[in-house]
Amino acid sequence: MAGKRLGKQTLKLSSPPSMIANASIVGPKEGQGPLARYFDQVLKDDYFGEDSWEKAESKMLREAVKNAIKISGRGNTNINFMFAGDLLNQIVSSSFAARELQIPFVGLYGACSTMAESICMGSMLIDGGFGEAVVCATSSHFSSAERQYRFPLEQGVQRPPFAQWTVTGAGAAVLAEAGSGPYITHLTIGKVLDFGIKDANNMGAAMAPAAVDTITAHLSETGRSPDYYDLIVTGDLGNIGKTITLDMMKKEGYDLKKVYDDCGSMIFDGEKQDTHAGGSGCGCSAVVLNGYIAKEMKKGKFNKVLLVATGALLSPTTSWQGESIPSIAHAVAIEKTIGGGT
Amino acid sequence: MKTNMSSKQYEEYIKDKLPKPKTLKNCIAAFIVGGLICDVAQFISNTAKGYGYNQEAVSSITATTMVFLGAFFTGLGVYDRIGRFAGAGSIVPITGFANSIVAPAMEFKREGFVFGVGAKMFVLAGPVLVYGISASILIGIIHYLFGM
Repeated sequence: MAGKRLGKQTLKLSSPPSMIANASIVGPKEGQGPLARYFDQVLKDDYFGEDSWEKAESKMLREAVKNAIKISGRGNTNINFMFAGDLLNQIVSSSFAARELQIPFVGLYGACSTMAESICMGSMLIDGGFGEAVVCATSSHFSSAERQYRFPLEQGVQRPPFAQWTVTGAGAAVLAEAGSGPYITHLTIGKVLDFGIKDANNMGAAMAPAAVDTITAHLSETGRSPDYYDLIVTGDLGNIGKTITLDMMKKEGYDLKKVYDDCGSMIFDGEKQDTHAGGSGCGCSAVVLNGYIAKEMKKGKFNKVLLVATGALLSPTTSWQGESIPSIAHAVAIEKTIGGGT
Repeated sequence: MKTNMSSKQYEEYIKDKLPKPKTLKNCIAAFIVGGLICDVAQFISNTAKGYGYNQEAVSSITATTMVFLGAFFTGLGVYDRIGRFAGAGSIVPITGFANSIVAPAMEFKREGFVFGVGAKMFVLAGPVLVYGISASILIGIIHYLFGM
């Protein structure tokens, strides 16, 4: 048993599950961004034929899960568990989707770190022999997040230049015991860190230390150097969080420059799309992983990827009460072949 | 992670990494748009005067028309775009006040007319009303005591 733990935070899966299918759905704005062609479905209308944004978000998640299962070639009944979470109060997008899907469901809350969190949980379950296939999913919706965390949409306010834009999108990945890869080989579970940022618009700065902490823990516990990976990608730090992460990593003694990027910086064209510091939300890392990264891994552009999804664990209530923003980051190593490095 | 900073140190550390708001550009945008909104109001006021209304009626006509316009353009989905450009220029005038009431009313319609529209309508304007009215009462008392 002890052999599976490399250190305080990092786990090495002894029988790495294979990521056999990925699906992504995005809203119209994401569909105009630089990664548009990687997404399986681009919505023309962000209501998705529903009468509320919450319903639309839940439907996106449901459809992403259905699509991933379809691509995997397994029926609903051949998926043992569903791990999902989202940003809405009481994670309703996920549980309402699970109501329809009728797959045994584990609801997670890790804010925008959910994509990595769900893969961590799913992989451990498979590695532990408790199931042969699971689906991991998450979603976010610009409009449902705005109304919960910030202002009504029609409110005429100026966003600060460091604000980020919540991604409308959902992503799902099917992990299975048997498959031809890419494989989930290592997991690094994050700690909750808080460097005292209180401004809920300044998510990148709030979450960067959590990302740095998890990446350093991963590298030191696996003994890998950053160059081991073709891509180390954080979830939704945006342009500012990305700069801070690079700088802090340097202080830690790691130069990530060549391999590092952030899903929030990749998904939008900040200049053209007026998204300020970049994308955010659970859907951000979910669609970049299940769209761009999964497809590029298949093509061979990336062979080893470290996904570090970051989450800001605040609520509107804690913000109003003047609390600072605790953050977390979970890392998942995805590799085309098993057996590299430690 | 070796790095350990207090919140003060971290704030200091990220300071130069945050983009600066474009203060001059924002001020100019606010000045122009805010000025234009006031021009519209002045035009309404002059027109009302031209029809021979007294000052009190002119003030009411101007204010209600501007509130209507603010609400109307919020409903059309235009006011938020003006606001994104103009900032305080479109928040400070009375049209901005109308916007802050209509925007949540629209947003929360889905939760019904009682718990949605009714309960949430003043979620932004409520504090303005509470402290605006409180301040005017306070000033009234001061005026009563010392301003005779």
